Amino acid sequence: MGLCVLAGLLTAFVLAEIAYQVIDGARPAISHFGLHFLANPAWAPNFSNLGAATVLFGTAVSALMALVLATPLAIAIAIYLAMLAPRSVRAIVGPLVEMLAAIPSVVLGLWGVIVLAPFVQRHIEPWLHSTFGFLPIFGAQQTTGLSVFTAGLVLTVMVIPIIAALSRDLFLTVPHELKEGAEALGATRWEVIRGVVLPTTVSGVAAATVLGLGRALGEAIAVAQVIGDGSKIRPSLFAPGTTLASKIAVDFPNTLNKLHAASLFYLALILLVIGVITSLIAQAIANRFDATRLVTR
Amino acid sequence: MSAIVDPTAPLTPSGNLRRRLVVSQLVSAASVMASFLAVAVLVLVTYDVAKQGASALSWDFLTKNPVGLAGGGIANAIIGSTLIIIFATLIALPIGVLTGLYLTEYAKPNSRAARALRTALDLLQGVPTIVVGLFVFGLMVVGHGETGFAGSVALSIVMLPLIARSSQEVLLLVPSTLREAADALGVERWRAILTVVLPAAAGGIVTGAILAVARAAGETAPLLLVDSLANPTQTQLLVFGHGVPNIPVLIYTASNLGIPEAQARAWGAAFVLLGLILIANIGARLALARYRARLGQ
Repeated sequence: MGLCVLAGLLTAFVLAEIAYQVIDGARPAISHFGLHFLANPAWAPNFSNLGAATVLFGTAVSALMALVLATPLAIAIAIYLAMLAPRSVRAIVGPLVEMLAAIPSVVLGLWGVIVLAPFVQRHIEPWLHSTFGFLPIFGAQQTTGLSVFTAGLVLTVMVIPIIAALSRDLFLTVPHELKEGAEALGATRWEVIRGVVLPTTVSGVAAATVLGLGRALGEAIAVAQVIGDGSKIRPSLFAPGTTLASKIAVDFPNTLNKLHAASLFYLALILLVIGVITSLIAQAIANRFDATRLVTR
Repeated sequence: MSAIVDPTAPLTPSGNLRRRLVVSQLVSAASVMASFLAVAVLVLVTYDVAKQGASALSWDFLTKNPVGLAGGGIANAIIGSTLIIIFATLIALPIGVLTGLYLTEYAKPNSRAARALRTALDLLQGVPTIVVGLFVFGLMVVGHGETGFAGSVALSIVMLPLIARSSQEVLLLVPSTLREAADALGVERWRAILTVVLPAAAGGIVTGAILAVARAAGETAPLLLVDSLANPTQTQLLVFGHGVPNIPVLIYTASNLGIPEAQARAWGAAFVLLGLILIANIGARLALARYRARLGQ
């Protein structure tokens, strides 16, 4: 009993200690820059002029792009696995989709930088630019393919299995009576999904999406490998960019001075706050929806 | 009032019904395509890693230390990664299992302590791994230098919530009749847990731990911050006191160099890493499914 309580306390203690260490490390930067840090787009460690605006922009854009691409795809996969696929197919495709989440981010990043980025640069960027070039987000193509766009694609691959697996489990919990009732009324498959399955699970799916968002916001390594470490806010997705987590991964191994390191801790603090908020939001949605379902994962 | 149902109407789709069926089939087709896409990405990444990695792979690659940027093998990184993971498991497994035990055996499911602990576990899982790396950096590396053991601690924090969660799930599956039988015999709680509950749950706990190990094995961000300064050509058999070369950091650094020979080594290392992780995942999933089925009966 005592040991078990101790282990539980230790878990809670680690969480508090993480927050303390990160705040402690960020203290010089907080006292030097204050909240103005959040609005300053510059990142010039050698001039001690540092701000988070550029990384925040890159984080928001790449994570948003990942969510926009991943959510519909993941829900479609979940629909297929929960309702359409024959049992034998489901038993194979389901674990395969989950296996996508098992690929280490550094391996996905390696694939992204060597295989995906050149492909994007050669085939996808020119096409999108010539077709939708009037939109500023599809600007002129770059030379390397290391861009916010490629990072968004890699994040999409990471987020899909999370949302798909959770949504599939949720769809499977929808009572048979409801679905059969709708079928008895003559509803087609899509009408059953739209009229019964999605409305009863919508908050759970939203929670799964928020969890996916948390994953996309916090991914450091794969993003650092493919985003190109840009230093300006640019509207085009094809320009290199940077994110909170990837900036830390790129800069931390060779910081120039104390303020530089403290600023990276400041970024980590922002990341920690965002991570805690997304977890809490996901939990709040999940609790309201079903106390046990999502939380047990 | 005329009859609503026209008994002479044909029983074949027409007009509106045809449109509804087409919509339904389009959605079905889209969800099949989405699932196919996800599996295709998995196959594509695995195929590329296997193809590029297999050409780098040889007996020397697995048994020799690196020479220069591209020559030799990755033996010391394999050994280093193994050691780091072993120590991480030694830390995370007892704490995680004890936390799971506390949640299932001691705490009342809806007590404040249990809910707070579950929230803490969720939050800990939601903390981006790079922030965990910064935490361990502030805790252990500042003033002491980078060590392999700091990497173990960081990975153990990543593994802890996963192990606690999975052992809690497995412990919940242990039939309560077993506990009641032990209670009826007058066996003390801790002895019942040690001799009845844990043996019944052992298989599931171990497979859950294997999944956590597979997750931590590819974790790069924390190692990059706390264990990337190692002599790349030496084998380290102790994780204390100095940096230990490891596979994820090796892949990350090599993928950033842009030198084809170094990238070949990264592909080889990625092949080894991904292969082990996928095998561990498939094995653990099969074992867990069988274990669940057995306990469920």
